[in-house]
Parts: sequence; C-alpha cells; structure tokens
Amino acid sequence: MRGYLTDMRSIIPRLETITGPRWVRHRTAELATYAMDGLPTRESAPGLVVMPGSRAEVIAVVRELHRAGVPWVARGAGTGLSGGAVADPSAVVIALTRLHRILAIDPVRRRAVVEPGVVNARLSEAALPFGLAYAPDPSSQAACTLGGNVAENAGGPHCLKYGVTANHITALEVVLPDGTTTRLGSPAGEPWGPDLVGLFVGSEGMFGIAVEITTRLVPLPRAIRTSLADFASIRAASEAVSAIIASGVVPAALEMMDQACVQAVEASIYAAGYPTDAAAVLLVELDGTAEGVAGDATLVESLLLTHGARTVLGASTPAERARLWQGRKKAFGAMGRIAPDLAVQDAVVPRSALPDVLDEVGAIGARHHLFVSNVFHAGDGNLHPNISFDRRDHALAERVHVASGEIMAACVDAGGSITGEHGVGSDKRDYMPLIFDAASLDAMCAVRRVFDPLGRANPGKVLPVSACREWIAGGVR
Amino acid sequence: MSDAVLTRLRALLGSAGVEREADGLPRATPDSSEAVAQVCHVASEEGWRVRVEGQGTWLVPDAPADLALSTRALERVVEVSPADLVATVQAGAPLDEVRRRLADHGMWLALDPPGRPDRSVGSILATATAGPLRHAFGAVRDHVLGCAVVTGDGRLVRAGGRVVKNVAGYDVTKLHVGGFGGFGVITEVHLRLRALPRADVTLTARGPRDRLTAAARAVSEAGLTPSALELFSPALAAEAEWVLAARITGTDAAVEGEANRLSAIGGIPWQPLPADRSASFWGVAARAALGGPVTLRLGVLPDGLDETLDLVAHDLDEGLVSAGGSGGLRWTGIATAERLRSLRRSTAAREIPMTLERAPWELRREVGHFGAYREGVGMLVGKLREAFDPKGTLQVALEAGT
Repeated sequence: MRGYLTDMRSIIPRLETITGPRWVRHRTAELATYAMDGLPTRESAPGLVVMPGSRAEVIAVVRELHRAGVPWVARGAGTGLSGGAVADPSAVVIALTRLHRILAIDPVRRRAVVEPGVVNARLSEAALPFGLAYAPDPSSQAACTLGGNVAENAGGPHCLKYGVTANHITALEVVLPDGTTTRLGSPAGEPWGPDLVGLFVGSEGMFGIAVEITTRLVPLPRAIRTSLADFASIRAASEAVSAIIASGVVPAALEMMDQACVQAVEASIYAAGYPTDAAAVLLVELDGTAEGVAGDATLVESLLLTHGARTVLGASTPAERARLWQGRKKAFGAMGRIAPDLAVQDAVVPRSALPDVLDEVGAIGARHHLFVSNVFHAGDGNLHPNISFDRRDHALAERVHVASGEIMAACVDAGGSITGEHGVGSDKRDYMPLIFDAASLDAMCAVRRVFDPLGRANPGKVLPVSACREWIAGGVR
Repeated sequence: MSDAVLTRLRALLGSAGVEREADGLPRATPDSSEAVAQVCHVASEEGWRVRVEGQGTWLVPDAPADLALSTRALERVVEVSPADLVATVQAGAPLDEVRRRLADHGMWLALDPPGRPDRSVGSILATATAGPLRHAFGAVRDHVLGCAVVTGDGRLVRAGGRVVKNVAGYDVTKLHVGGFGGFGVITEVHLRLRALPRADVTLTARGPRDRLTAAARAVSEAGLTPSALELFSPALAAEAEWVLAARITGTDAAVEGEANRLSAIGGIPWQPLPADRSASFWGVAARAALGGPVTLRLGVLPDGLDETLDLVAHDLDEGLVSAGGSGGLRWTGIATAERLRSLRRSTAAREIPMTLERAPWELRREVGHFGAYREGVGMLVGKLREAFDPKGTLQVALEAGT
C-alpha cells in the first residue's frame, strides 16, 4: 500500500503542470470530501484529486495517469449512491465539475451539447426559454451532473414515459483510458456502425470519460395534471398501478410512498398534507395535449377509485402540483430526521410482483429489527427500500448489510434486477452473479478490456472479482 | 467438406435438425439456444464459416459459408406477461405471429419494420430496422429489454433482463441490436410491450415534396405527437405525388383531438384513411422497401431532410424513399458499390451515418454495412468482434473488404 502512495506523490508535480497547483488536492481533509457518493456504507478517500478545467486538460490528465500506470475514478457530483464514484487510496479521482459549460442549445434540432460537469437541472433551465426540457430527472437533479448521468444511465420519476438517460443521448466524445479520444454517435442518434453510444452509457465510468455529450431535448407538454390518491393497503395501491398501466395510459410519472415514508415527510418541515393514516399514497402525473390529459385523467381517476383509493386529489396549476410533489421530492431529506444514515436501496421487479415483494421487504426489515420505508417509481417497478440506521453502530450496520442482501435476493427471485438507476458500483457488485451466469459476466469483462485493456478506469467496480480478476484495493490483477 | 460438416452436425442435432440447401450447403436448424451454441462451438473449433439466416426475406442469405445456421426452429413465443408489458420471444419467431399472440392479450409491440410481415424478430433486431412508428416509440433498441446471444465460438451469454428499467452490468444488448450478427447470433429476446391502442387513425396528404417536408416540421413544431409521421416518394406510395402519412394512436378522445389539431396544420389537405384501409396502407409501404436489391438508411435530422433527399436523388435515384418526421431516411433501389461509397462520403461530411441494410453479398462485402468510421471507432469495433467472435466464424460484412 505504501508503494502506491509513494508513486502518487511523484505524479503531483506533473498533474499540477497540467491543471495548475490549485486544482490538485492531496491533503487528508481535502480528500475526505471525495470519500463517499451518498451511500453511507461505502467510504474511502482517494490518494489524490485532480480537477481539470477543460477538455484538453482531461485528456492530458488521463494520458499522464496512463503513462504513470495509476488507476483513476471519474467523478461528477458524487450523488450516485452505489459507491461507484468512490476511489481507493491507490487511485486518483478525476473530478469533472469544472467542465460545466453548456456548449450549444439547438431549438430547431432539439439538441443540446454539454460538458460532463453540467448539472442536470441547469440544462432544463437553459432549455426552458425554447419551450424544451431535458427529460431524465433523477431525484438528485439539482446536484447531479450529466457526465454522471451518462455513466450510470440515470433514471428519475418521469422516465416512465420519457425513457432513461440512454434514450436521450445521441452522441459522445469520449477519452479512452489510454488518453486517445473518439467520437461516438451522430446528432440524429443513428450510430456510425454498432451502437457504441448505447454501450458506453451505463458503463459506470469503466470505459472512459465522456467529455462532450449531445442530448435530445423534448418539448414541454402543454398540459399537466397531477393526482394524489391514498390507499388503505399497499396491495390495493399496487393493483391500481397495474390497472393504470394495463389501460394503455402512459403516465409521465407514477410514484408510490408507503406509510413510514409519508409519516416521516409529514413530521418534517417538508409536510405536504399527505394523509398520515394511509398505508400508501400514489402520485400520478399525466401530461400531453389538453384533450389527451383531460381524457386520461378521467380514466385514471376512475381506475384509482375502483381499485380502492380512499380519496383522489387533483391539481393542474403549477403551485398546486408543486405542493403534491413536495412530499415525494423531499422524502429522502425528511428521512434525515429519523436516523443519521439512510441506506437507499435500488432494485427492480416486474410490476405484477410489487405487492408480494413489498410484503417480503417489510418482513425482512421486521426480522432484522430495522426501520424500512419505501418511496419508489411504481410505474416501472423500480423500488427504493430505504433503511434508516446509524453507521457508528457496527452491529446495526451489519444487520443493514444482511437485510440489503436479502432484499436483493427477493427482487431477483421475483424476476427482477439488482439496480434500476443507481448502478452496480461497489455496493451491488457481489450481487451480480445472482442475475448473470459466469459466461455472461465474462463477456462483460471482455467488453471492458476492449475499452480499457489495463483496467485503470474505475477499477474493481461492477464486475465481481471472481469473474474478472480485476485490480482490487491494495491488490494486483 | 460439406459431407463432413453434415455428418458432424447430424451427430450433434439429430437428422431432423440438419438438411441441405438447394445449393448443397448443409443447413443446421437448432431448436434451442443451447443447440445453437453447440453448432457455433463446433464450427469455431473446425474453422467453418457460418452464415446466419432468419426467414430469409430481408437480408438475402447469400454469404459464402461452410454452413448455414437457421433460426427457423426457434419460433416460440416463450412468455407473455400482460401486467408487466413484457414478452419473451425466440429469435426465429415471425413478427406477424408474435403480433397475433400479443393481440390476444391486448398487447402491442410498437415496431413496424420494413419488409414482409413474417420477418423474424431476430432479423429485425440484428439489422435494427425500425419503421414509421419510430417517430413516437423510438428505434428498435428502445423496445429490447434484454437478449440471449450465442457468440461466434459458441458461448451462450445473456444481457439485460426482463424488467423495463435495469442498469445491472454493461448494456451489451445495445451491441447486438443493430450489430448485423457480427457479435453473435441472437437466440431469444425480452421485448417491451404497450397496451394495444383503442383507437388507431391514419391521415394522408399529397403534394410536392418540399411542401410535405415543411408540413412535417410544422407538425412537430406545433407539439403534436402522432405515433408515425412518414413521408413516401411517389414510387414507394405508387401514386402520382409524394405522400405524407400520419398515424395517431391512443384513447378515443385523445386520437380525435390530435386528428382535429393535425388537420389545421401545415396548410395541406389532410384526408383520413378509411379504417379498413389503414393496416394495408402501412403494410404495402413496408413491403415496398423490398422493391429493389439494395436498401440503406441515413441518420438524418428533419432540418437536413430536403438536402439529403437531393443528395440521394443525385447519387442514386429518387426511387423508393421513406423518411420519418423526427428523422431517418430509407432508400431502396439498384446501386453500385461506387455510388454507395460516394453517397456515404457526402453524407458523412454532413454528420449523417449511412447503414447498408440489405444488399447482395458482393455489395455488402465491398461497401460494408457500416463505414466512414470516426477515428478510433474502427479499432473498438474490431476488438469487440474479436471478443465475441474470436475465430471470425460468423460471415458478416460489417465493414468494407471483409
């Protein structure tokens, strides 16, 4: 381990030459800022942090690290929640937040070209005057960056109708781990050859760094209606979700919160007036043309009532809609009142399995004496069971770890997946064999080696060590 | 050679799974992903070249090979889950059969590829040939949640999953959709479904080309979202003028409202197609893409459509052309390698990729499905092919000079 750190010191002057001394951080206190990505169970400070300020500096930094044989982790805002943007002390973090320019917005073609450090919500703000928006809207959109969204193939509530990040990226300029650059995709989205943009999106920073991102922009809907329905049981709410989806209506968003979550929100400064005696509340948002929304709303509201909704509250003005959304958007913040730490889980199940899996998640929590709350994207079966805990209590943290594993297994048994939008990172790496056999994992390793033969970009993530024999903390390949 | 191949295959698959094609080429018709893997494994070991066939109606199965591998026996609809809007289908299943099965459950696969209605699902995925519905529902890749693939050396690998949202592992499915089989044989796919629309209305307008392309842009600028908005050349539509067709699907009220709004836009006379003619209209247009030996697509945005149509007319001919309201142009006709290369050069300079979708083997070999790669892309594609087909078993002309 010491050997790595010595090597690290020797590259500081070279990196400083590229970025200026101000943008290379190596003091312990400075490095601590980069030790987590929102997941309290994964903490590790990098050996160094370098903050290039331009595309050219990114290329120069990657070339220098390639030459020195030092592994690195590209990082945006560090909100990924999977341990994916966390580096070992033997690796360098390349922080991309200084590359925050929106290079172009083309309202005719409905495209934007951005640098990777642009914050998600800022792109939609910049597109607003043109009547356009960037559709994927992760809950962390006020902080997370588009480069991180590309790496993780980020989702969000409105992905039910509009699709995830992969559906909105048409072209990328990427720096490969050896420092060479290449352009993938085209403005229209048609690939030059095989769909390498599609392959790159969601590669969790292991194929290289996207230094220029071309995105689609979508027209803002002319009408939006948000409805809040509350239910006496989670099962009834889940069945209402299935009924809406089966009706052919595609809501812009379809979100559920369970009682634990509602009560946490209502007890916090974010209180939105949700009924605290409800077992579950459902937020349904419809958008489109005025006629379309009106027709769909009538259908959806009658489906909610026939499937057991106690009340349905509708809102069409921006202020009323914002109030209904407030509880959902601030749910994670509200959890902060309950315990110092929150393990935000992420898994996907077939929609039809939602009631059974939620029962199972509740039983797992009870068995391990844990406080579990659920707030999630019900329309696409993307669960976020959240476990409140205090990581200083090691016995409790261990129970969280065991329960998380059992929740993953339950979701996989139901035909689901271990992550819907947060990525595998280091947190879910050991669960990968639950859903992929050895040959399939091996094929992923082979793809990784095409982009990064030396395994230097975000080493040790996504692929289980047994599958890939990758470089790991303090070890060798 | 062919007798030895035949004997080995019969030992592997039994005599029912092996026959000779008209030209004497041994043809294996395995009925499971595992059996496909066995065939590829043996072929790779023995150094046999394999060409993959679906129904053989889109890409002519004419690559020189020691062995044809047909997916025709992989024809099952394995599972339909209406509540989850997901279906699992074997790659050789004909699309029209899949459509019927889904309709029984009130489900819909929003893909309307060019060619015959009985094209295999595997062929649609491998060539990424989407039709007019891509305007609202996206490219082929947007309908595929996961797949099983047999690599050139016979490894059965899976990518993606059976849920609508999934970021576990690299998205290797994207490599296979539109990979023309160069990275393996797709044997099974998980498809994203939609509820069968209650209302489905088509309107058409006729007129000079430029007027219709302007009208199509006006429709998009007005924020209208028809499921398809497709421009057809006179030859393709078999009419005297260019035709712009809009297909609107959804609930009754929404479709009626959208159709009314559409009628007021673009200053062109929209006419609703009688309900009983709508399906045949789109079906005839899809089949028209088989009206010549060569089909190509160009990834052009709507604002570049007029210029690109001129380029195509100049380098090739006006011919059988269709173009989508949100971009994408498909041309079918007769073309030489030289003309195709010239068109690829001029469109590449405008950031418009050209993909050769179908052509006789000689042309595919000379021009490649893909070309005009940006710097570095060819190296990545080459290494990916080595990873998935280390011995070059699969006869696919991804690039020129294969």
